[in-house]
Amino acid sequence: MNLKRVNGIALKEYNHIIRDPRTLLILILMPILQLTIFGYAMRFEIRHVKLAVRDYSHSPASQDLIRKFGATEYFTVQVLNSYSVTPQMLFNTRQAHAVLTIPPSFAAEKGTDRSLQLLIDASDANAAQLVLTYCQEIIASEYGPDLRRVLDVRPKLLYNPDLKSAYFFVPGLIATILVMICALLTSISIAREKELGTLEQLLVSPVTVSDILAGKIAPYVVLALVDAFLILGIGMLLFRVPFLGSFAAFLFYTLIYVVAALCLGLMVSTIAKTQQVAMMMALGMTLLPTLMLSGFIFPIRSMPWILQQVTYIVPARYFLLIIRGIMIKGNTTLELWHSGAALAAISCVALLVAARRFKLKLQ
Amino acid sequence: MIRTVDLTKRFGSFTAVDKLNLEIGRGEIFGFLGANGAGKTTTIRILCGLTRPTSGRAEVAGLDLARRSEQVKRSIGYMSQRFALYEDLKLRENLVFYGGLYRLGPQTSLNKAKPYLERFAMERYTDELVREIPPGYKQRLALICALTHDPPVVFLDEPTSGVDPQARREFWSVISDLAASGKTVIVSTHYMEEAEYCHRVLIMRDGISAAQGSPAELKAAHGVGSMQELFLLLASGE
Repeated sequence: MNLKRVNGIALKEYNHIIRDPRTLLILILMPILQLTIFGYAMRFEIRHVKLAVRDYSHSPASQDLIRKFGATEYFTVQVLNSYSVTPQMLFNTRQAHAVLTIPPSFAAEKGTDRSLQLLIDASDANAAQLVLTYCQEIIASEYGPDLRRVLDVRPKLLYNPDLKSAYFFVPGLIATILVMICALLTSISIAREKELGTLEQLLVSPVTVSDILAGKIAPYVVLALVDAFLILGIGMLLFRVPFLGSFAAFLFYTLIYVVAALCLGLMVSTIAKTQQVAMMMALGMTLLPTLMLSGFIFPIRSMPWILQQVTYIVPARYFLLIIRGIMIKGNTTLELWHSGAALAAISCVALLVAARRFKLKLQ
Repeated sequence: MIRTVDLTKRFGSFTAVDKLNLEIGRGEIFGFLGANGAGKTTTIRILCGLTRPTSGRAEVAGLDLARRSEQVKRSIGYMSQRFALYEDLKLRENLVFYGGLYRLGPQTSLNKAKPYLERFAMERYTDELVREIPPGYKQRLALICALTHDPPVVFLDEPTSGVDPQARREFWSVISDLAASGKTVIVSTHYMEEAEYCHRVLIMRDGISAAQGSPAELKAAHGVGSMQELFLLLASGE
């Protein structure tokens, strides 16, 4: 490898980037757009759930309970006056998402049966699960000791006590956007040189494969890191995501992850002959696996065994563990070395494959 | 400077180059003539190290191509059929980039290119993006890019296809000067009147050598008046 030549190639690549407004736009707008969509539209926590209450008790105790529900921003409470309305009717007309029935016995003395009935529309299973959790929390926190229970469970949520979804999507987006940018842009940039015939011109010159690969990667590493801090900054400012760990650890592991993603991009580009194929392959190899198989949206532990095995080759799986650890738990560099090593191993394999295939091309 | 022994390239069952034997000396202008698909480009690509021959040997700049391809690459310049320039870079940046591949500093690259830029009267385009300059000048630039590192052997694959007569004359005057200064130039072309400028030519047909020699010798041997007639006689195989 020759530093002068690597520099020359990196400089050329930098010129390509700054002269192509579309690339720049993708680099800056995509993270902002995705953060906004995830941040404001795709809220995973639920607010203002329509809760209809059928109060057969009409006691101070039941009024009190209803007030408790109304006081949170999770629920919009509607007390039904007519008892002829059935929960089914409410669900079917979408007037209520959950129906709480307070029986007449609710106001009775302690020690007697004080059960409540809670019906939840579970046509959206995830939302229903959340509603159930909210209800249990309210009832348990206010009436827990009084309510007759077999087991008195009082869960305490660590790290993200309010279950804020920003804690979940900001790290997830950093992982997704980085891998997309790195794999997509590098693979396109090499495929473009193939289409133009300039790659051939490089290959008749004394540049080595490693010169080309290193020169191609360098500018994108910088860009990707800038993007990582952009997303992190927006996440912290706009969505109040905490950052408990050290920035040095964040930078260190993000660099490893970015290199892994770039190596995947290089591997794609040695297979794809045109920019379009490169784009499809890069997106297919990075976007879907990162969204589906990294643990970003779906927990890995609940996947079937085969899919769980597949997740081991998805770089984002390790990176998510790392940045969630650094940002939300305050993990140190040392505590995360397993995941870092896994990422480094993925880079090595991808790079070896890329370099080998690149050489084969010449024949 | 260039020597091939039974050079052969097969793509599957198709033989693109069949047992080609060549000997090209220093300072020679050597023309590759032939119809499309006759094997000219494949031969040039093999000699540049872009394609590996199926069998046979080749020496370029006195170096064995198979074993010392790195050194070979340092001593050749190559201009491909579709001139490989970066359209979104400036003319100057293209020169500096290609020079840099041969470890020339930016200033050295520009200094080496300067006489050519003057000769082609295209200095005014130095700070233009390549996509903004006229096609004829892009082709001239591609030639300059192949020459800035002073290679002793230069391969030009149809350098004059699609350029105006003025540019074609300039190209050939540069090629003559290169040869006069001791460089070996291998040119492939479709234009038979250009073949007259070559010291020696190889007429290829279906991957084999149909004739080899100086234009005058070949014309006399086959009793024809021009290269055009000779080409029609030999290259079509009738």
